[in-house]
Amino acid sequence: MKRKSFSEMPYHLMLLPGVILVLIYSYGPMFGLVIAFQDFIPANGFKSDWIGFDNFTYIWSLPDTMNVLWNTIYISLMKIVAGLIFPILISLLLNEVNKSLVKRSVQTLIYLPHFLSWIILGGILIDILSPSEGIVNKGLQLLGIQPIFFLGNNDWFPYTVVITDLWKEFGFSTIVYLAALTSINPVLYEAAIVDGANRWRQTWHVTLPGMIPIIVLLTTLSLGNVLNAGFDQIFNLYSPQVYESGDIIDTLVYRLGLVDAQFGPATAVGLFKSVVSFVFISVSYLLAYRLANYRIF
Amino acid sequence: MVHQLTLGRKVFNVLNYAFLIGLSVMCILPLIHVLAISLSDKTAAASGNVTFLPVNFTWQSYTYVLSKPEFMTSFWISVERVALGTVVNMLLTIVMAYPLSKEVSQFRWRTAYAWFLVLTILFSGGLIPTYMVVNETHLMDTIWALIVPGAVPVFNVILLLNFFRGLPKELEEAAFVDGARPWTVLWRLFVPLSTPALATIGLFTIVGHWNSWFDGLIYMNNPSHYPLQSYLQTVIIKTDLVMQSAKDINSLAKISERTSKAAQIFMGALPILVIYPFLQRYFVKGIVLGSVKE
Repeated sequence: MKRKSFSEMPYHLMLLPGVILVLIYSYGPMFGLVIAFQDFIPANGFKSDWIGFDNFTYIWSLPDTMNVLWNTIYISLMKIVAGLIFPILISLLLNEVNKSLVKRSVQTLIYLPHFLSWIILGGILIDILSPSEGIVNKGLQLLGIQPIFFLGNNDWFPYTVVITDLWKEFGFSTIVYLAALTSINPVLYEAAIVDGANRWRQTWHVTLPGMIPIIVLLTTLSLGNVLNAGFDQIFNLYSPQVYESGDIIDTLVYRLGLVDAQFGPATAVGLFKSVVSFVFISVSYLLAYRLANYRIF
Repeated sequence: MVHQLTLGRKVFNVLNYAFLIGLSVMCILPLIHVLAISLSDKTAAASGNVTFLPVNFTWQSYTYVLSKPEFMTSFWISVERVALGTVVNMLLTIVMAYPLSKEVSQFRWRTAYAWFLVLTILFSGGLIPTYMVVNETHLMDTIWALIVPGAVPVFNVILLLNFFRGLPKELEEAAFVDGARPWTVLWRLFVPLSTPALATIGLFTIVGHWNSWFDGLIYMNNPSHYPLQSYLQTVIIKTDLVMQSAKDINSLAKISERTSKAAQIFMGALPILVIYPFLQRYFVKGIVLGSVKE
């Protein structure tokens, strides 16, 4: 027994540096969440006065809180649904393409935006969606449509966010589905043809069932994002005039905490989000494990 | 399979090709438009005549951007960050994935360590407490603030440990029989056998570090320490925060704010476009890698 634990020593040593870093920078902040229950004053550090749930009641008393929560869920749900359906459709269409040059070129172009940051894409969008000089509104004008302030109008902002997020991410998901499609056994198609199935029926009876596992997996995993409406994107596209429709939990935490220095209330909101997300992510992993036999490690 | 095409199939093919090609063009047209603006002269850009080709071609906005000391400083900070951050991330990923890829019979603590890491995916302290820890550990205003807090990329560790588990066990057993130590087995056997996996993870790490902007924005008190994406955030997105110097105003006589922004957007995307062919090559492999499970 003693000899065995000695032979495990190198493994412990290999893990040691990383474990220490995770302990400090991932577990440290978890303990730092106590600020949510304190009247936090930076000079006093974590020895600030305990005030129980006062920060939470303060947040609930703010008029915008419910609205922010609603915006977060509304935008993230639209993103989840659009981000699942559209890529499935495109991968099915791409699967029907026989010319490999076309297939590869399309793939190459559609997932390029995925690798660019929201700073770059935000800069591009602010330019092309500008109501005065943006090319999109120039195009709409040719069609006789009045300029639309996509990023400054509360009726448009949430949908602009969802569509532009789709622009960035659909190509990436499409490739994931396409990878699943190409792993479908060709024998199944041959059998379907022998049974007299045309292309539509092949898609319906062979391709779609073959995609079900990956669809179930990605759907369940996306559940964990219900409170993630996309900080990087919204932070770079929003402005005070669209707070009503576009302010989300993460942007609120940023402004409360790092702009207004209200550390206690900001951490309270963050804690709320972490706890709810924990439940959603755990449930989504559990579902993925049960339904799609997915294991993290 | 089927060689004679029905009429319906032909019509479908034409529409399908047209739709997919149209869609892919739509995906990159915005980028091309911004590139065209950056290469056009001020008046053309302002008049809105520029669509997808430069009008009155000029390099002026690029010479302006490249002569801006703030831009060049932050560009080099980003390069340094990518180099340092990728080395740290990859080293930690490799040395952590190896012991975690062992069976419980070889390494009893494996599952405990793995859950210790996975818990950080499920639950996080959030923005404010993380900010405080970075502050307390005196990383503020140093490049380490951009590297150390995210030094252990848990997802990549899991990805690589799953890849390691897919390697033939006999090789390692043979090495152990020959008296090799775990450290040697990892670097001489596992790492060379995992080059495609490591290349995929490495490329994604590079992209991740290049594209990060929020940490630079909040952990650097001095804007001259901003990496490029954080700097671009302040000049392209939140322009009202930037004070324009007299030199800036002078150069704006020749180029407009719009063309200079466009040039900076394109410069910020350029390194990604340069490594894009490599990304692509390893991209599908990476997806397969993610699904390697026993």
